[in-house]
Amino acid sequence: MLLRLFALILLGGLGCSQAQAGPNGARLFTSHCAACHGEKGTGGIGVPLALPSFQASVSDDYLRKTIRLGRPGRVMPAFPSLKEDEIDAIVGYLRSWNSGPTVTYSDKPVAGDPAHGKQLFQKYCVACHGANGEGAKGTGVTFSRPRDLPIMAPALHNPGFLAAATDAMIKTTLMKGRAGTPMTSFLKQGLKEKDIDDIVSYVRHFETQPLADSAQLLEAETPVIVRDSPYDLKTTVENVKTAVTTHNYFYGRVQTLEYGLTRPETENPKQVIVYFCNISLLNQALAIDPRVGMFLPCRITILEKPDGKVQVMSVNPKVLSRLFNNSELNEVCEQLKQHYTAIMEESTL
Amino acid sequence: MKKLMWKMGVAILALWVLGSPARAEGLLMARVNAPFPEAMTLLQSAISSRGYTITRLQQVNENLARREYKSDMYRVVYFGKLDEVRQMTAAHPQLIPFLPLNITIFAEGEQAILVASHPRTLYQFFPDPSLKPVLEQWEKDMDDIMDELREAGAGS
Repeated sequence: MLLRLFALILLGGLGCSQAQAGPNGARLFTSHCAACHGEKGTGGIGVPLALPSFQASVSDDYLRKTIRLGRPGRVMPAFPSLKEDEIDAIVGYLRSWNSGPTVTYSDKPVAGDPAHGKQLFQKYCVACHGANGEGAKGTGVTFSRPRDLPIMAPALHNPGFLAAATDAMIKTTLMKGRAGTPMTSFLKQGLKEKDIDDIVSYVRHFETQPLADSAQLLEAETPVIVRDSPYDLKTTVENVKTAVTTHNYFYGRVQTLEYGLTRPETENPKQVIVYFCNISLLNQALAIDPRVGMFLPCRITILEKPDGKVQVMSVNPKVLSRLFNNSELNEVCEQLKQHYTAIMEESTL
Repeated sequence: MKKLMWKMGVAILALWVLGSPARAEGLLMARVNAPFPEAMTLLQSAISSRGYTITRLQQVNENLARREYKSDMYRVVYFGKLDEVRQMTAAHPQLIPFLPLNITIFAEGEQAILVASHPRTLYQFFPDPSLKPVLEQWEKDMDDIMDELREAGAGS
Protein backbone atom coordinates (compact mmCIF):
# COMPACT_ATOMS: atom_id res chain seq x y z
CA MET A 1 0.00 0.00 0.00
CA LEU A 2 2.74 2.41 1.02
CA LEU A 3 4.71 1.57 -2.10
CA ARG A 4 1.69 2.48 -4.23
CA LEU A 5 1.38 5.76 -2.39
CA PHE A 6 5.04 6.58 -2.92
CA ALA A 7 4.70 5.72 -6.60
CA LEU A 8 1.69 8.00 -6.81
CA ILE A 9 3.58 10.85 -5.17
CA LEU A 10 6.60 10.25 -7.39
CA LEU A 11 4.40 10.46 -10.47
CA GLY A 12 2.78 13.58 -9.08
CA GLY A 13 6.20 15.03 -8.42
CA LEU A 14 7.19 14.52 -12.02
CA GLY A 15 4.05 16.32 -13.10
CA CYS A 16 4.67 19.07 -10.60
CA SER A 17 8.19 19.67 -11.87
CA GLN A 18 6.73 19.86 -15.37
CA ALA A 19 4.15 22.40 -14.17
CA GLN A 20 6.89 24.41 -12.44
CA ALA A 21 8.86 24.48 -15.69
CA GLY A 22 5.89 26.33 -17.18
CA PRO A 23 3.98 25.85 -20.41
CA ASN A 24 5.96 25.30 -23.58
CA GLY A 25 5.35 28.35 -25.80
CA ALA A 26 6.74 26.73 -28.93
CA ARG A 27 4.50 23.71 -28.53
CA LEU A 28 1.43 25.83 -27.79
CA PHE A 29 2.18 27.99 -30.83
CA THR A 30 2.49 24.91 -33.04
CA SER A 31 -0.83 23.53 -31.80
CA HIS A 32 -2.88 26.70 -31.78
CA CYS A 33 -1.30 29.24 -34.14
CA ALA A 34 1.03 27.74 -36.74
CA ALA A 35 -1.70 26.54 -39.12
CA CYS A 36 -2.58 30.14 -39.93
CA HIS A 37 0.52 32.12 -38.95
CA GLY A 38 3.12 29.65 -40.24
CA GLU A 39 5.60 27.66 -38.18
CA LYS A 40 8.14 30.47 -38.34
CA GLY A 41 5.58 33.26 -38.10
CA THR A 42 5.79 34.05 -41.79
CA GLY A 43 1.99 34.31 -42.09
CA GLY A 44 -0.07 32.97 -44.94
CA ILE A 45 -3.61 32.89 -43.61
CA GLY A 46 -2.88 35.02 -40.55
CA VAL A 47 -0.64 38.00 -39.81
CA PRO A 48 3.10 37.44 -40.39
CA LEU A 49 4.01 37.63 -36.73
CA ALA A 50 7.75 37.46 -37.31
CA LEU A 51 7.76 40.57 -39.51
CA PRO A 52 10.32 42.90 -37.86
CA SER A 53 8.13 45.99 -38.20
CA PHE A 54 5.21 44.11 -36.62
CA GLN A 55 7.37 42.93 -33.74
CA ALA A 56 8.71 46.45 -33.28
CA SER A 57 5.31 48.09 -33.13
CA VAL A 58 3.13 45.85 -30.97
CA SER A 59 3.30 45.42 -27.22
CA ASP A 60 3.13 42.18 -25.29
CA ASP A 61 -0.17 43.39 -23.86
CA TYR A 62 -1.58 43.78 -27.39
CA LEU A 63 -0.53 40.22 -28.23
CA ARG A 64 -1.98 38.82 -25.00
CA LYS A 65 -5.33 40.54 -25.52
CA THR A 66 -5.44 39.51 -29.17
CA ILE A 67 -4.94 35.85 -28.25
CA ARG A 68 -7.51 36.06 -25.47
CA LEU A 69 -10.19 37.97 -27.40
CA GLY A 70 -9.47 37.13 -31.03
CA ARG A 71 -11.15 39.13 -33.76
CA PRO A 72 -14.89 38.36 -33.79
CA GLY A 73 -16.06 37.52 -37.30
CA ARG A 74 -12.57 37.82 -38.81
CA VAL A 75 -11.34 34.21 -38.48
CA MET A 76 -8.80 34.79 -35.66
CA PRO A 77 -10.50 32.85 -32.84
CA ALA A 78 -10.64 33.87 -29.19
CA PHE A 79 -8.88 31.54 -26.77
CA PRO A 80 -10.89 31.92 -23.57
CA SER A 81 -9.72 28.65 -22.07
CA LEU A 82 -5.98 29.23 -22.42
CA LYS A 83 -4.48 30.00 -19.03
CA GLU A 84 -2.62 33.24 -18.39
CA ASP A 85 0.73 31.48 -18.20
CA GLU A 86 0.03 29.67 -21.47
CA ILE A 87 -0.71 32.94 -23.24
CA ASP A 88 2.46 34.41 -21.70
CA ALA A 89 4.38 31.41 -23.01
CA ILE A 90 3.04 31.91 -26.53
CA VAL A 91 3.90 35.62 -26.40
CA GLY A 92 7.38 34.72 -25.12
CA TYR A 93 7.81 32.36 -28.06
CA LEU A 94 6.65 35.02 -30.55
CA ARG A 95 9.21 37.38 -29.07
CA SER A 96 11.99 34.91 -29.86
CA TRP A 97 11.68 36.24 -33.42
CA ASN A 98 12.21 39.81 -32.25
CA SER A 99 15.71 41.16 -32.55
CA GLY A 100 14.93 44.63 -31.20
CA PRO A 101 13.57 46.00 -27.95
CA THR A 102 9.98 45.26 -26.96
CA VAL A 103 7.77 48.30 -27.04
CA THR A 104 5.25 49.23 -24.35
CA TYR A 105 2.49 51.79 -24.71
CA SER A 106 0.65 54.12 -22.40
CA ASP A 107 -3.03 53.40 -21.78
CA LYS A 108 -3.71 57.13 -21.81
CA PRO A 109 -6.29 58.17 -24.43
CA VAL A 110 -5.09 60.39 -27.25
CA ALA A 111 -7.04 63.65 -27.41
CA GLY A 112 -8.13 64.60 -30.92
CA ASP A 113 -10.97 65.84 -33.05
CA PRO A 114 -12.85 62.79 -34.37
CA ALA A 115 -14.80 64.87 -36.91
CA HIS A 116 -11.57 66.02 -38.55
CA GLY A 117 -10.19 62.53 -38.06
CA LYS A 118 -13.11 61.13 -40.03
CA GLN A 119 -12.30 63.40 -42.97
CA LEU A 120 -8.68 62.30 -42.94
CA PHE A 121 -9.69 58.66 -42.52
CA GLN A 122 -11.90 58.91 -45.61
CA LYS A 123 -9.00 60.34 -47.56
CA TYR A 124 -6.08 58.22 -46.38
CA CYS A 125 -7.37 55.01 -44.81
CA VAL A 126 -10.54 53.74 -46.47
CA ALA A 127 -8.81 52.27 -49.52
CA CYS A 128 -7.27 49.59 -47.32
CA HIS A 129 -9.30 49.58 -44.09
CA GLY A 130 -12.77 50.11 -45.56
CA ALA A 131 -15.20 53.01 -45.34
CA ASN A 132 -16.16 52.17 -41.77
CA GLY A 133 -12.97 50.50 -40.66
CA GLU A 134 -14.39 47.08 -41.45
CA GLY A 135 -11.08 45.90 -42.90
CA ALA A 136 -10.03 44.61 -46.29
CA LYS A 137 -12.37 42.42 -48.25
CA GLY A 138 -11.57 38.86 -47.46
CA THR A 139 -10.29 37.48 -44.23
CA GLY A 140 -7.01 35.98 -45.31
CA VAL A 141 -8.40 32.46 -45.44
CA THR A 142 -8.56 32.12 -49.15
CA PHE A 143 -7.86 29.11 -51.26
CA SER A 144 -4.13 29.25 -51.97
CA ARG A 145 -4.58 32.92 -52.76
CA PRO A 146 -1.78 34.74 -54.52
CA ARG A 147 0.49 35.98 -51.76
CA ASP A 148 1.00 39.38 -53.32
CA LEU A 149 0.33 41.11 -50.04
CA PRO A 150 2.08 40.01 -46.88
CA ILE A 151 -0.79 41.15 -44.70
CA MET A 152 -4.54 41.81 -44.87
CA ALA A 153 -5.55 45.31 -43.80
CA PRO A 154 -7.04 44.78 -40.33
CA ALA A 155 -10.59 45.64 -39.33
CA LEU A 156 -10.12 48.69 -37.12
CA HIS A 157 -13.80 48.62 -36.19
CA ASN A 158 -13.46 45.16 -34.69
CA PRO A 159 -14.07 44.98 -30.93
CA GLY A 160 -11.10 42.62 -30.51
CA PHE A 161 -8.76 45.10 -32.17
CA LEU A 162 -10.14 48.06 -30.23
CA ALA A 163 -9.75 46.22 -26.92
CA ALA A 164 -6.21 45.14 -27.70
CA ALA A 165 -4.74 48.28 -29.28
CA THR A 166 -4.16 51.37 -27.16
CA ASP A 167 -4.45 54.84 -28.69
CA ALA A 168 -0.70 55.19 -28.35
CA MET A 169 -0.11 52.04 -30.38
CA ILE A 170 -2.46 53.17 -33.16
CA LYS A 171 -0.77 56.57 -33.18
CA THR A 172 2.70 55.08 -33.42
CA THR A 173 1.62 52.82 -36.28
CA LEU A 174 0.22 55.81 -38.15
CA MET A 175 3.36 57.84 -37.55
CA LYS A 176 5.91 55.16 -38.39
CA GLY A 177 3.99 52.82 -40.68
CA ARG A 178 4.95 49.17 -40.93
CA ALA A 179 7.84 48.36 -43.20
CA GLY A 180 7.14 45.36 -45.41
CA THR A 181 3.39 46.02 -45.52
CA PRO A 182 1.28 48.57 -47.44
CA MET A 183 0.93 50.59 -44.19
CA THR A 184 3.06 53.67 -44.73
CA SER A 185 4.15 56.45 -42.37
CA PHE A 186 1.57 59.22 -42.49
CA LEU A 187 4.10 61.72 -41.22
CA LYS A 188 5.98 61.01 -44.43
CA GLN A 189 2.70 61.43 -46.33
CA GLY A 190 2.59 64.99 -45.03
CA LEU A 191 0.23 64.71 -42.07
CA LYS A 192 1.02 66.55 -38.84
CA GLU A 193 1.02 64.87 -35.45
CA LYS A 194 -2.24 66.71 -34.63
CA ASP A 195 -3.87 65.18 -37.73
CA ILE A 196 -2.77 61.75 -36.61
CA ASP A 197 -4.25 62.35 -33.15
CA ASP A 198 -7.53 63.21 -34.88
CA ILE A 199 -7.48 59.96 -36.86
CA VAL A 200 -6.76 58.00 -33.66
CA SER A 201 -9.71 59.64 -31.92
CA TYR A 202 -11.91 58.77 -34.91
CA VAL A 203 -10.79 55.12 -34.82
CA ARG A 204 -11.43 55.04 -31.06
CA HIS A 205 -14.94 56.39 -31.57
CA PHE A 206 -15.79 53.11 -33.36
CA GLU A 207 -16.20 51.69 -29.86
CA THR A 208 -19.33 53.78 -29.44
CA GLN A 209 -20.80 52.63 -32.75
CA PRO A 210 -22.96 49.55 -33.40
CA LEU A 211 -21.03 46.35 -34.01
CA ALA A 212 -19.69 46.33 -37.57
CA ASP A 213 -21.17 43.78 -39.96
CA SER A 214 -17.73 42.24 -40.34
CA ALA A 215 -17.78 41.40 -36.62
CA GLN A 216 -21.30 39.95 -36.59
CA LEU A 217 -21.85 36.21 -36.35
CA LEU A 218 -25.10 34.36 -36.84
CA GLU A 219 -27.01 32.85 -33.96
CA ALA A 220 -28.40 29.42 -34.76
CA GLU A 221 -31.69 28.70 -33.03
CA THR A 222 -30.95 24.99 -33.15
CA PRO A 223 -27.96 23.00 -34.49
CA VAL A 224 -30.17 20.69 -36.55
CA ILE A 225 -33.15 21.45 -38.78
CA VAL A 226 -35.78 18.70 -38.49
CA ARG A 227 -39.09 18.11 -40.23
CA ASP A 228 -41.53 15.21 -39.80
CA SER A 229 -42.51 13.38 -42.97
CA PRO A 230 -45.99 11.95 -43.49
CA TYR A 231 -44.54 9.49 -46.02
CA ASP A 232 -42.64 6.25 -45.67
CA LEU A 233 -38.86 6.22 -45.88
CA LYS A 234 -38.58 5.27 -49.55
CA THR A 235 -41.09 7.88 -50.69
CA THR A 236 -39.45 10.57 -48.56
CA VAL A 237 -36.03 9.78 -50.07
CA GLU A 238 -37.50 10.16 -53.58
CA ASN A 239 -39.22 13.40 -52.54
CA VAL A 240 -35.93 14.82 -51.23
CA LYS A 241 -34.17 13.93 -54.49
CA THR A 242 -36.88 15.69 -56.48
CA ALA A 243 -36.90 18.77 -54.23
CA VAL A 244 -33.11 19.03 -54.43
CA THR A 245 -33.19 19.29 -58.21
CA THR A 246 -35.96 21.89 -58.20
CA HIS A 247 -33.69 24.08 -56.07
CA ASN A 248 -30.84 24.01 -58.61
CA TYR A 249 -28.77 21.34 -56.91
CA PHE A 250 -27.91 17.97 -58.36
CA TYR A 251 -28.03 14.95 -56.11
CA GLY A 252 -25.02 12.70 -56.18
CA ARG A 253 -24.86 9.84 -53.78
CA VAL A 254 -27.69 8.31 -51.82
CA GLN A 255 -26.16 6.20 -49.06
CA THR A 256 -26.82 4.91 -45.60
CA LEU A 257 -24.95 6.50 -42.71
CA GLU A 258 -23.11 3.21 -42.26
CA TYR A 259 -21.89 3.07 -45.85
CA GLY A 260 -18.28 1.92 -45.83
CA LEU A 261 -18.35 1.04 -42.13
CA THR A 262 -19.75 -2.44 -42.66
CA ARG A 263 -20.81 -4.81 -45.42
CA PRO A 264 -23.67 -3.44 -47.54
CA GLU A 265 -26.07 -6.18 -46.40
CA THR A 266 -25.58 -5.27 -42.73
CA GLU A 267 -25.91 -1.49 -43.09
CA ASN A 268 -28.84 0.05 -41.24
CA PRO A 269 -31.22 0.87 -44.14
CA LYS A 270 -33.28 3.23 -41.99
CA GLN A 271 -30.66 6.02 -41.89
CA VAL A 272 -30.35 7.33 -45.44
CA ILE A 273 -28.34 10.36 -46.55
CA VAL A 274 -28.96 12.22 -49.81
CA TYR A 275 -25.84 14.15 -50.85
CA PHE A 276 -26.30 17.06 -53.22
CA CYS A 277 -24.35 19.97 -54.57
CA ASN A 278 -24.50 23.21 -56.49
CA ILE A 279 -20.97 23.58 -57.84
CA SER A 280 -21.26 27.32 -58.33
CA LEU A 281 -22.34 27.77 -54.70
CA LEU A 282 -19.60 25.39 -53.58
CA ASN A 283 -17.01 27.43 -55.45
CA GLN A 284 -18.37 30.62 -53.92
CA ALA A 285 -18.25 29.18 -50.38
CA LEU A 286 -14.74 27.78 -50.81
CA ALA A 287 -13.53 31.11 -52.16
CA ILE A 288 -14.70 32.75 -48.94
CA ASP A 289 -13.34 30.10 -46.61
CA PRO A 290 -11.85 26.82 -47.86
CA ARG A 291 -12.40 25.21 -44.49
CA VAL A 292 -16.15 24.88 -45.14
CA GLY A 293 -15.39 21.78 -47.18
CA MET A 294 -15.83 19.73 -44.05
CA PHE A 295 -19.57 20.44 -44.15
CA LEU A 296 -19.85 19.83 -47.89
CA PRO A 297 -21.31 18.44 -50.03
CA CYS A 298 -24.76 19.40 -48.82
CA ARG A 299 -26.68 16.54 -47.28
CA ILE A 300 -30.08 15.74 -45.91
CA THR A 301 -30.69 12.73 -43.71
CA ILE A 302 -33.89 10.69 -43.88
CA LEU A 303 -34.50 8.60 -40.80
CA GLU A 304 -37.11 5.98 -39.99
CA LYS A 305 -37.53 5.84 -36.24
CA PRO A 306 -38.36 2.65 -34.29
CA ASP A 307 -42.03 3.69 -34.17
CA GLY A 308 -42.09 3.83 -38.01
CA LYS A 309 -42.29 7.62 -38.20
CA VAL A 310 -40.01 9.29 -40.73
CA GLN A 311 -38.02 12.49 -40.23
CA VAL A 312 -35.75 14.55 -42.46
CA MET A 313 -32.93 16.53 -40.91
CA SER A 314 -29.80 18.48 -41.69
CA VAL A 315 -27.11 20.54 -39.95
CA ASN A 316 -28.30 24.11 -39.55
CA PRO A 317 -25.79 25.99 -41.74
CA LYS A 318 -26.03 28.98 -39.41
CA VAL A 319 -23.92 27.15 -36.82
CA LEU A 320 -21.02 27.36 -39.29
CA SER A 321 -20.76 31.14 -39.07
CA ARG A 322 -19.81 30.95 -35.39
CA LEU A 323 -17.75 27.78 -35.76
CA PHE A 324 -15.57 29.34 -38.46
CA ASN A 325 -15.65 32.83 -36.88
CA ASN A 326 -15.99 34.20 -40.38
CA SER A 327 -18.67 36.85 -40.93
CA GLU A 328 -18.18 36.64 -44.69
CA LEU A 329 -19.85 33.23 -44.56
CA ASN A 330 -23.01 34.72 -43.05
CA GLU A 331 -24.75 35.34 -46.35
CA VAL A 332 -23.97 31.88 -47.74
CA CYS A 333 -25.03 30.27 -44.44
CA GLU A 334 -28.34 32.15 -44.45
CA GLN A 335 -28.90 31.18 -48.08
CA LEU A 336 -28.10 27.53 -47.43
CA LYS A 337 -30.39 27.45 -44.41
CA GLN A 338 -33.26 28.75 -46.52
CA HIS A 339 -32.54 26.20 -49.25
CA TYR A 340 -32.30 23.27 -46.81
CA THR A 341 -35.50 24.29 -45.09
CA ALA A 342 -37.36 24.71 -48.39
CA ILE A 343 -36.14 21.34 -49.69
CA MET A 344 -37.12 19.60 -46.47
CA GLU A 345 -40.53 21.25 -46.36
CA GLU A 346 -41.24 20.49 -50.01
CA SER A 347 -40.33 16.86 -49.57
CA THR A 348 -42.57 16.42 -46.55
CA LEU A 349 -45.63 18.33 -47.80
CA MET B 1 -0.32 9.49 8.07
CA LYS B 2 -1.37 7.20 5.23
CA LYS B 3 -4.48 9.32 4.66
CA LEU B 4 -2.38 12.46 4.50
CA MET B 5 -0.03 10.90 1.96
CA TRP B 6 -3.00 9.80 -0.17
CA LYS B 7 -4.36 13.33 -0.15
CA MET B 8 -0.96 14.76 -1.04
CA GLY B 9 -0.59 12.35 -3.92
CA VAL B 10 -4.04 13.08 -5.28
CA ALA B 11 -3.50 16.84 -4.95
CA ILE B 12 -0.19 16.66 -6.82
CA LEU B 13 -1.74 14.58 -9.60
CA ALA B 14 -4.61 17.04 -9.91
CA LEU B 15 -2.06 19.84 -10.23
CA TRP B 16 -0.32 17.91 -12.98
CA VAL B 17 -3.55 17.32 -14.87
CA LEU B 18 -4.62 20.93 -14.53
CA GLY B 19 -1.16 21.99 -15.67
CA SER B 20 -1.46 20.23 -19.02
CA PRO B 21 -1.98 22.48 -22.05
CA ALA B 22 -5.47 23.71 -22.81
CA ARG B 23 -7.09 22.82 -26.12
CA ALA B 24 -7.51 25.04 -29.16
CA GLU B 25 -10.71 26.99 -29.71
CA GLY B 26 -12.75 27.25 -32.89
CA LEU B 27 -11.60 24.56 -35.25
CA LEU B 28 -8.88 21.97 -35.09
CA MET B 29 -6.25 22.99 -37.63
CA ALA B 30 -2.78 21.82 -38.49
CA ARG B 31 -0.22 22.87 -41.05
CA VAL B 32 1.72 19.92 -42.41
CA ASN B 33 5.15 20.58 -43.77
CA ALA B 34 4.78 18.11 -46.62
CA PRO B 35 3.30 18.30 -50.12
CA PHE B 36 -0.35 17.36 -50.46
CA PRO B 37 0.05 13.76 -51.75
CA GLU B 38 2.44 12.86 -48.95
CA ALA B 39 0.27 14.57 -46.33
CA MET B 40 -2.77 12.72 -47.66
CA THR B 41 -1.03 9.36 -47.26
CA LEU B 42 0.09 10.27 -43.74
CA LEU B 43 -3.43 11.36 -42.83
CA GLN B 44 -5.05 8.13 -43.98
CA SER B 45 -2.46 6.11 -42.12
CA ALA B 46 -2.92 8.15 -38.92
CA ILE B 47 -6.70 7.66 -39.06
CA SER B 48 -6.53 3.93 -39.77
CA SER B 49 -3.93 3.27 -37.09
CA ARG B 50 -6.44 4.48 -34.50
CA GLY B 51 -8.93 1.80 -35.47
CA TYR B 52 -11.16 3.93 -37.69
CA THR B 53 -12.48 2.82 -41.05
CA ILE B 54 -12.15 5.36 -43.84
CA THR B 55 -15.51 5.34 -45.56
CA ARG B 56 -14.96 7.83 -48.33
CA LEU B 57 -12.53 10.32 -49.86
CA GLN B 58 -14.52 13.22 -51.24
CA GLN B 59 -12.65 14.58 -54.26
CA VAL B 60 -13.57 18.24 -54.09
CA ASN B 61 -11.06 19.68 -56.56
CA GLU B 62 -11.91 17.10 -59.23
CA ASN B 63 -15.60 17.94 -58.92
CA LEU B 64 -14.85 21.64 -59.29
CA ALA B 65 -12.52 21.02 -62.23
CA ARG B 66 -15.24 19.07 -64.06
CA ARG B 67 -17.19 22.31 -64.21
CA GLU B 68 -14.13 24.36 -65.06
CA TYR B 69 -13.59 25.92 -61.65
CA LYS B 70 -9.94 26.12 -60.71
CA SER B 71 -8.92 24.66 -57.42
CA ASP B 72 -5.88 23.33 -55.65
CA MET B 73 -5.80 19.74 -54.33
CA TYR B 74 -8.64 19.26 -51.87
CA ARG B 75 -10.15 16.20 -50.17
CA VAL B 76 -12.54 15.47 -47.35
CA VAL B 77 -11.73 12.21 -45.57
CA TYR B 78 -14.70 10.55 -43.83
CA PHE B 79 -14.17 7.92 -41.17
CA GLY B 80 -15.75 6.22 -38.19
CA LYS B 81 -16.19 3.12 -36.08
CA LEU B 82 -19.38 1.17 -36.66
CA ASP B 83 -20.14 0.34 -33.01
CA GLU B 84 -19.66 3.94 -31.89
CA VAL B 85 -21.74 5.36 -34.72
CA ARG B 86 -24.55 2.92 -33.89
CA GLN B 87 -24.35 3.65 -30.17
CA MET B 88 -24.35 7.43 -30.59
CA THR B 89 -27.07 7.70 -33.21
CA ALA B 90 -29.36 5.25 -31.37
CA ALA B 91 -29.33 7.59 -28.38
CA HIS B 92 -29.43 10.79 -30.43
CA PRO B 93 -30.54 10.44 -34.07
CA GLN B 94 -29.96 14.17 -34.50
CA LEU B 95 -26.23 13.43 -34.43
CA ILE B 96 -26.53 11.72 -37.84
CA PRO B 97 -26.09 14.96 -39.84
CA PHE B 98 -22.69 15.41 -38.15
CA LEU B 99 -21.42 11.91 -38.87
CA PRO B 100 -19.26 10.18 -39.96
CA LEU B 101 -16.31 12.17 -38.61
CA ASN B 102 -14.27 13.95 -41.21
CA ILE B 103 -11.05 15.84 -41.76
CA THR B 104 -10.61 18.28 -44.61
CA ILE B 105 -7.20 18.49 -46.23
CA PHE B 106 -6.11 20.98 -48.85
CA ALA B 107 -2.88 22.08 -50.44
CA GLU B 108 -1.29 25.33 -49.40
CA GLY B 109 1.67 25.68 -51.72
CA GLU B 110 4.18 22.98 -50.82
CA GLN B 111 2.41 22.35 -47.54
CA ALA B 112 -1.02 21.01 -46.61
CA ILE B 113 -3.60 22.26 -44.16
CA LEU B 114 -5.88 20.00 -42.15
CA VAL B 115 -9.16 21.22 -40.68
CA ALA B 116 -11.76 19.50 -38.54
CA SER B 117 -14.42 20.54 -36.11
CA HIS B 118 -13.93 19.70 -32.45
CA PRO B 119 -16.02 16.59 -31.66
CA ARG B 120 -16.53 18.04 -28.19
CA THR B 121 -18.54 20.86 -29.80
CA LEU B 122 -21.27 18.26 -30.29
CA TYR B 123 -21.60 18.03 -26.52
CA GLN B 124 -22.67 21.68 -26.47
CA PHE B 125 -25.43 20.78 -28.92
CA PHE B 126 -26.39 17.50 -27.22
CA PRO B 127 -25.45 17.76 -23.54
CA ASP B 128 -26.17 14.15 -22.61
CA PRO B 129 -23.55 12.75 -20.21
CA SER B 130 -23.82 9.33 -21.87
CA LEU B 131 -22.33 10.82 -25.05
CA LYS B 132 -19.38 12.39 -23.28
CA PRO B 133 -16.93 9.44 -23.12
CA VAL B 134 -17.12 8.78 -26.87
CA LEU B 135 -16.97 12.47 -27.78
CA GLU B 136 -13.93 12.90 -25.55
CA GLN B 137 -12.28 9.89 -27.17
CA TRP B 138 -13.00 11.33 -30.64
CA GLU B 139 -11.59 14.67 -29.53
CA LYS B 140 -8.42 13.00 -28.27
CA ASP B 141 -8.04 10.96 -31.44
CA MET B 142 -8.50 14.05 -33.62
CA ASP B 143 -5.89 15.90 -31.53
CA ASP B 144 -3.49 12.97 -31.82
CA ILE B 145 -3.98 12.70 -35.58
CA MET B 146 -3.26 16.41 -35.99
CA ASP B 147 -0.18 16.13 -33.76
CA GLU B 148 1.08 13.08 -35.63
CA LEU B 149 0.89 14.92 -38.95
CA ARG B 150 2.49 18.07 -37.58
CA GLU B 151 5.39 16.02 -36.26
CA ALA B 152 5.72 13.87 -39.36
CA GLY B 153 5.83 17.01 -41.45
CA ALA B 154 8.39 18.61 -39.15
CA GLY B 155 10.73 15.72 -39.85
CA SER B 156 10.43 15.91 -43.61
